[in-house]
Amino acid sequence: MVIDFSSQIHYVWALMPEIVLSAWAMLVLLVDVFQRGDRSVPSSPAIGWLTLVGVGAAAVANGWLMTLQEVSATGMIAVDEFRVFTNYLFLLAAALFVLISMRYLEQENMRHGELFSLVLLSVVGMMVFAGARDLIVIFLGLELMSVAVYVLTGANRRDLRAAEAALKYFLLGAFSSAFFLFGIALIYGGTGTINLAIVSMIVGVDGLGANMLVLAGMVLLVVGFGFKVAAVPFHMWTPDAYVGAPAPITGFMAAAVKAAGFAAFGRVFMTAFPGLYDTWGAIVYWLAVITMIAPNLVALVAGNVKRMLAYSSIAHAGYLLVALAAASVLGAASFLFYLVVYTLMTLGAFAVVVLVGRQGEQFVDLDSYSGLGWQRPLLGVCMTIFLLSLAGFPFTGGFIGKVFILRAAVEKGLVPLAVILVMASLVSYWYYLRVAWYMWFREAPSADSASGITVSPAMRVALVAAVAGVVLLGIFPGQLLELAERGAATLINVQGMVGGFSAR
Amino acid sequence: MADQSLFLAVILFAIGTVGVLVRRNAIILFMCIELMLNAVNLAFVAFSRSVGIEGQVFVFFVMTVAAAEAAVGLAIIISIFRHLESVDVKDFNLLRG
Repeated sequence: MVIDFSSQIHYVWALMPEIVLSAWAMLVLLVDVFQRGDRSVPSSPAIGWLTLVGVGAAAVANGWLMTLQEVSATGMIAVDEFRVFTNYLFLLAAALFVLISMRYLEQENMRHGELFSLVLLSVVGMMVFAGARDLIVIFLGLELMSVAVYVLTGANRRDLRAAEAALKYFLLGAFSSAFFLFGIALIYGGTGTINLAIVSMIVGVDGLGANMLVLAGMVLLVVGFGFKVAAVPFHMWTPDAYVGAPAPITGFMAAAVKAAGFAAFGRVFMTAFPGLYDTWGAIVYWLAVITMIAPNLVALVAGNVKRMLAYSSIAHAGYLLVALAAASVLGAASFLFYLVVYTLMTLGAFAVVVLVGRQGEQFVDLDSYSGLGWQRPLLGVCMTIFLLSLAGFPFTGGFIGKVFILRAAVEKGLVPLAVILVMASLVSYWYYLRVAWYMWFREAPSADSASGITVSPAMRVALVAAVAGVVLLGIFPGQLLELAERGAATLINVQGMVGGFSAR
Repeated sequence: MADQSLFLAVILFAIGTVGVLVRRNAIILFMCIELMLNAVNLAFVAFSRSVGIEGQVFVFFVMTVAAAEAAVGLAIIISIFRHLESVDVKDFNLLRG
């Protein structure tokens, strides 16, 4: 089917996954309300499975998007393989999140319906954020995602730490949105349009069409995206928000929200500003340098596993910025590949943190992991695999992802970045392996110290899926990389499709 | 005219930014953020004089989003006030960054 946005109805076809997911979010909320009535009974676990069905339905709709063809690249929403790829990524993260958090929500006595419908809505926001080609629509997606996640961060209202994390996240998130929006305003003033493809035509392949307004707007966009993906000078909110939020939500934030931020970052800059690569490439280059170095040093001394993972997620933002700085098909493909692996291993690691934390997340410090490997071997093996993959150990997805990023960086001539990436990864081995060392080579404090850990069937599915994904991508990366390359190519070669646009 | 309006927008945006960086009261911080968003609105309207009517349409989007954000933000501030009886950011120190 051919999508031609001069006919409004075609927006409905092009937005099918988002529409399915939004409707499903309402359905989940309604079912929760009607099932409970005005009694204060806990939500039924069926809500979680209902949410998963919705994620599956959106995945089907997303697969159907692949059969669509767009006539020009100037529509407000892209219908390309990059969007399909990133949509699947967000849905994967949402599905893993639901599986991980079902038991957790019961144990913490939190409402299922509200939480899961907020997660579905934030995924809609991510899809719009990463898939739109119009800066105002991108902004709407960003806000839909962020507002839902602010609420999720503070979802546990009995926990003061969560409220504090939500407030910090909210204030800095809204602050960064203002920069993002001012950037959009300046680009609108400088070019007269906010459509990415038309902006790129006006800026030109050599960047001669850019004036001061466009340049200033672009820098402000980098600041806005920098906050969202937690690149280093803009990362202040990250450790606090990640430590204070409920652990499954921290995992979701670290994986999906960051992935959405990066996908949109990539789309906006590679589509709209290829002509200004010299300017933004240099900014991203330096952001990548400090984002790789600083958090890796801080994580060395973190005594709390949740905080360590928060700094590790900032460090991973640095590796992804390297791929972005390369700005080639290979760079964008390695970037997509790494996002998938990163989502799997981060959510997997946070799943273990959720399990070990038990009621009220009392056990998140390093000592709680002492001897865990011998008491719960399967859990220990899973966590070890996630940690090795995060560090970039051979035969894991994390290693292959880093190799692809290195290849893209070297091909583009960014050798210093590649060297820093390798050094930073070597440093990161210390703090990842320290957790593994505690698990396998430290005496457990008592024989029954792991007794409160119960792995529910849903959690088991999530752990197995994440481990299988990380290991399989480490051994057979080919197919996913091919898909990522096809997605990346649609992003880079957008110029060829602009022909034949008319002013809106 | 567009130049002066843009200049005003930049000044308002800068006041908002400085406010967020130096003040410590969560409500004032939030007001400063709103000031920044309104500076952006002013810039959109200023540009729309020369560029086209779309700029004024964007203002409505921004206002709607700002309203949604205010609802959530104030709810978060209330939930923390119930715990601490304070909205001063320097009292929020359970988490150390």
